[in-house]
Amino acid sequence: MSNKTAYDKVRLARANNRPTGKDYIDAMFDGFFELHGDRRYGDDPAIVAGLAKLMDMPVTVIAIEKGRSARERAFRNFGAPNPEGYRKALRLMRQAEKFKRPVVCFVDTSGAYCGIGAEERGQGQAIAENLMTMMTLKTPVISVLVGEGGSGGALALAVADRVWILENAVYSVISPEGCASILWKDASRAAEAAASLKLTSEDILSFGVADKIIPEKELGKGDFYLGLKTMLYEELSGLKVLPLESLLEARFARFRRLGTEGLLET
Amino acid sequence: MPIRFIRKPQNELEKGGRQSAPPVSADENEPSTACPNCRKQIPLSQIWGNFHCCTSCGHHFRMNARQRINFIADSDSFIETDSGLVSRDFMSFPGYRQKLDTTIKSGGENEAVICGEASIGGVRCGLFVMEPYFMMGSMGTAVGERITRLFEYMTAKRLPVVGYTVSGGARMQEGILSLMQMAKTSAAVARHSAAGLFYLVVLTDPTTGGVTASFAMEGDIILAEPGAVIGFAGARVIEQTTRKKLPQGFQTAEFCLDHGFVDAIVPRSSQKQAVASLLRFHTGGAVTNEHEQ
Repeated sequence: MSNKTAYDKVRLARANNRPTGKDYIDAMFDGFFELHGDRRYGDDPAIVAGLAKLMDMPVTVIAIEKGRSARERAFRNFGAPNPEGYRKALRLMRQAEKFKRPVVCFVDTSGAYCGIGAEERGQGQAIAENLMTMMTLKTPVISVLVGEGGSGGALALAVADRVWILENAVYSVISPEGCASILWKDASRAAEAAASLKLTSEDILSFGVADKIIPEKELGKGDFYLGLKTMLYEELSGLKVLPLESLLEARFARFRRLGTEGLLET
Repeated sequence: MPIRFIRKPQNELEKGGRQSAPPVSADENEPSTACPNCRKQIPLSQIWGNFHCCTSCGHHFRMNARQRINFIADSDSFIETDSGLVSRDFMSFPGYRQKLDTTIKSGGENEAVICGEASIGGVRCGLFVMEPYFMMGSMGTAVGERITRLFEYMTAKRLPVVGYTVSGGARMQEGILSLMQMAKTSAAVARHSAAGLFYLVVLTDPTTGGVTASFAMEGDIILAEPGAVIGFAGARVIEQTTRKKLPQGFQTAEFCLDHGFVDAIVPRSSQKQAVASLLRFHTGGAVTNEHEQ
C-alpha cells in the first residue's frame, strides 16, 4: 500500500496535526450533546462522549480525545484515559443498549493512563469490565482506530461488531519504545521493534483484528469525513436490522477465532 | 479448622513475625535460602513443608504451576486438557523461537498456563494455573486459547472454574493477537457467567497488565495471596510517567483489598479450605464425593 516503514506510520499516527476524536464527532455527527461522568467517581476529559445523530440515526458516540494545543493536551491527559473514562464509556454504552441506539467509538490513545490514582481506582478492573460488557452489549458497535491504538487502553473501546482502522493508524500490544526497552534495554531501537510488532493497518487487517482499512486521502477534509460518515451509516443500518442473537453470535465468533491460526496442537 | 480471612497480614509481618513460628534449624548441611522479606536463612525443606511460605515471617514464596496443582487439587484428581496446544512463532519475532525453546527445555512446561479438570475438597471444577517460570506467565495465543477452551468445556459441563493467575501481562512477541486474547478470554468468561456458573480467581504474585485487565478481574469472587503484586501498569512505568514516589505498599494485595478490588486475602495455609468452601457455596450443597482434609 505504501513504502512507509512501520515506525514512519507510528510517527504519523502520533502526529499532532492529525484529526483528534472531537474532530470526527464535529465533522460527521449532528446535534452532539456531550454527557459527562461515570456516576461513581468523576469525569475523565480524555474521553468525550454523548448523544448525536449520524444523518437521521440517533447514536451514542464515544471518542478518546488527545487535545491539540499544549493546554488542551494537558487537560485531556494526552488522551490517556483513567478508569472513570472507561466507566463513563461503559455507562453510556449500557444506556445505548437500553434505548437501542448503535454505538460508535473513535480510538486514539497511547494507552490507559499509568498513574497512582488510576491504579487506586482499578484501571485493570475498568478495562476488564468493558471487555466483558461490550462482548454482550445488545446493540451494534463500530470502533474506528483513528490514530494510536495503545494496548488494553485501546481495546477497552474496541470490542465491536466492526473494527476499522485508518491507513496510517497503528494498533499494538505495547509501544515500540516500551518493547525495545524491555527486549534490548534500548528504547532507541523502537523502529526495529515497530517492524517486529506488526502494528500497521495492513498487518492488523491481515490478522483479522480489523475488518477494513479507511484510506487517508484528504484526511481531515470534507470528502474524507463524508466518505467515512457514509460507510458508518450504511454499516450501522445493516447491523441494526440483524436479529440480536445473530449480531451477538457474530461478534463473539469474530473475537473467538483470533489467534487460533498461529497455534500448534500436538 | 475454621477459615481465616486475614486482613492486612503485612501488619503482622511488620510486628516481627508470627509467635507460633517453628524454630529455625541451624543445621549447616541442609540447603537453605534467605527469605526476601525477613532475611532469615530458612532451610528449604521447612519452606516446602510450609506451603512454600517462610516459617519465620510467613512470606509467600513463588510456586510453579505443578506445585500449585498438587497443593490445591485433591490428590490424583487433576486431568489436564489441551496440554499439547502451543504457540508457533507466527510473526517470526526476533529471538522468540529460541526463547520458547530454552524455556521449554529448562522448565519442563510447554506454555504459561496449565488447564484441566479437578476436584477441590470433593467439588468437581475446571482449574487453570498460570506458570511464573514460563516467560513470567505472559499471555500469548496458546494461553488465551487454553483458558478460553477451559471455560467452554466447563460451560458445557456446567461446572465452576477456579483460576490461579500470575502474569507479567500480554506476550509482546505475539503482537496484536496476544492483546486479542484479553477480549477472547473475557468473552468465554462472560458466557460461562451468563450460564449461571461460578468463577473463582486467586491472584498470586505478580498479576499485572493484560491479565489483570481481563480474566483476573472478572471472577465472581476474587481472592489474593498476601503480599502479591497486583496491578495494571508496572510500578517503574508509573514512577517514570508521574515522576512521583509511589506510596508504600502500592499495588499489593493489601492495597487492592483497601481499594475494593479483591474480596479477601487468603494465605496458603487456609487457601484450600477457603476455595473448597466457596465452591460448596455454589453447588447448592449437593456435594456427593468424599471431602479431603
